[in-house]
Amino acid sequence: MTAPTQTGLQVQGVHLWRGERHVLRGVHLDAPLGTFWHVRGPNGAGKTSLLRVVAGFLWPEDGKVVWNGQETRNLGDEFGAQMACLGHEPALKADLTARENIRYLVGLRRAVKDYELDAAFARLGIAEHADRPTRMLSAGQKRRAAMVRVLLSGASLWLLDEPFTNLDVAGVELFAGLLAEHAAGGGVVLATTHQPILAPGVRTLELA
Amino acid sequence: MATWTWFHQLGSPPHAYRIAGRFAPWFGWGALLCIVYGLFGGLVLAPPDYQQKDAFRIIYVHAPAAWLSLSCYTAMAVAAFVGLVWRMKIAHAAAAALAPVGASFAFVCLATGSLWGRPMWGTWWEWDARLTSQLILLFLYLGYMALRSAHDDLQRADRSSAVLAIVGVVNVPIIHYSVYWWNSLHQGATVMKADRPSMPAEMLVPLLVMFLGFTLFQWWVLCTRLRAEILDRERNARWLQTELLDGAR
Amino acid sequence: MKAGDGAVPTGMLAAAAATFRRDVVLAFRRPGQMFQPVVFFLIVTTLFPLSLSPQLSQLRDISPGILWVGALLSSLLALESLFRADMEDGTLEQWVISGQPLAVQVLARILAHWTVSGLPLVAAAPLVGASLAVPATAFGTTMLVLGLGTLCLSGLGAAGAALTLGSRRASVLLSLLVLPLAMPILIFGARSVDLAILGEPTRGPVLLLSALTILTLSLTPWAAASAVRISLE
Repeated sequence: MTAPTQTGLQVQGVHLWRGERHVLRGVHLDAPLGTFWHVRGPNGAGKTSLLRVVAGFLWPEDGKVVWNGQETRNLGDEFGAQMACLGHEPALKADLTARENIRYLVGLRRAVKDYELDAAFARLGIAEHADRPTRMLSAGQKRRAAMVRVLLSGASLWLLDEPFTNLDVAGVELFAGLLAEHAAGGGVVLATTHQPILAPGVRTLELA
Repeated sequence: MATWTWFHQLGSPPHAYRIAGRFAPWFGWGALLCIVYGLFGGLVLAPPDYQQKDAFRIIYVHAPAAWLSLSCYTAMAVAAFVGLVWRMKIAHAAAAALAPVGASFAFVCLATGSLWGRPMWGTWWEWDARLTSQLILLFLYLGYMALRSAHDDLQRADRSSAVLAIVGVVNVPIIHYSVYWWNSLHQGATVMKADRPSMPAEMLVPLLVMFLGFTLFQWWVLCTRLRAEILDRERNARWLQTELLDGAR
Repeated sequence: MKAGDGAVPTGMLAAAAATFRRDVVLAFRRPGQMFQPVVFFLIVTTLFPLSLSPQLSQLRDISPGILWVGALLSSLLALESLFRADMEDGTLEQWVISGQPLAVQVLARILAHWTVSGLPLVAAAPLVGASLAVPATAFGTTMLVLGLGTLCLSGLGAAGAALTLGSRRASVLLSLLVLPLAMPILIFGARSVDLAILGEPTRGPVLLLSALTILTLSLTPWAAASAVRISLE
């Protein structure tokens, strides 16, 4: 096994079939550390599938995913620790408060202090909702809570599938800012969305 | 290594299709010969048993069926393991092809066991160790086939049923042992164990030939069903269209 | 880099403990749901005297069977939803990418499930046993083997629940898959209770059942973890 180098994420020639549909046809991506990628394409182009292949949920029939010089297939659980995902579902339990939910999910990765949680909730504008049961939060507030998880995860690679759903204009701006900040700080961000992302330095990957 | 190339070649559908097609007739004719000889030797030539008279002859079908149902499950689990670890779709097709075969053998064993029991115990069913163990094995097969059909996505059906087959194969010896243990506790219930009577050569040889015949039959059915599975899974593949057109010519 | 630099990564056992704690807390926030398996246990075991005979002497003879079948069926009730909620809200995906071994997380879930669903059955067993004329001397063994058996069943059920995630008629299919695999547990467990009622030494079947429990808990988390990954594909 080679020692990790700081080269970021590479997707090399990935082919994926879902049943009989050839969803991903030889996708290439070179995402060095510090880049922010907007993955675009029409419905059914494979945007979500690409993110799931990078995350390791799906195994491509051909091609490979490389993170910091090592194939993610060989990294196993270690890769998971360096990656954070925001999918369609916010992964929050209705009977727990937002704080309890996030403390648990982030706590699976690293010890998190209360003041960190407070600061992150405040940053995302939901400080007053942090201690209410999640079932009482609106969809947009839940999405902000899920973003708190990503923010505190300590991961370098952020994979976000339609992160701006259910957000108001201020929320979209806030999220875009957070993503850009993460990239600027040396992380790698891959986001799929139909909306344009207004942030500096966003690169585009078009999936036909 | 030459062995590994053979192994990986077998994983490609066109190859597996052709090889299965080439071997199938050999297995089929071999099975027919063995079974005819075995049945003739067992039903006609072998002398009647001292205690059971002619009723024991059902063993010529009952015992091979029991053994085959177990070996089919093992083969299914091995194919499932290969499919999971090496991600070979052919292996999953083979496991899918084997399941109904093994289930049928288990059923035949139960039916012949019941038929055997009637003259021996006077009842159509007894909870003896072998029959109960085969019954549970049949349940395992049915569960496997039910899980396959419950998933719409073929890949998920393949891979989940593969995990189930592996869990099952670990359990089969445990179930077998516990059922025999359970049965031995309650000796009163079982009057006569449906066991092989001690056998002279004229009885034994046809039985062994029947074992061989059933095994060849299993391989023949596996080859044929595997080809059918491949046809189903690869129906849109180009290689298949060329193959069938060439064959028609 | 980002928040988390210099932060202490969570160890495997700490993560498992967190999952265990969360599951138990979640269960306690819906107390009504927690008691359903126990009530079912009581109802099912009442069916037998109603359909057979009110004679206590007859019931005592078949009480190991009644207790065990009732406990098995009640455990099955709670199993179908073992992973469903987490699958639907995305928590399972978070588990897979958390960097923690998935099998250990699954084991934590199995233990939490048993604590919440299996232990109440064990606690109810003396009550049910008394109604079937099981002598009090047999209560200890009965509770022990029911505890081990329901633990095994939680393990097997976790594998079954993971395999049937997202399939049609999952609850029926789950029972179909789990019950044949649970038959050895039933055999050894019922025999233990039978021997205890007769006042005879129970060491043999109890040890066999314990061995089976250890085997089940070592292997089923791996099977369930594989099945979870498969269902996320």
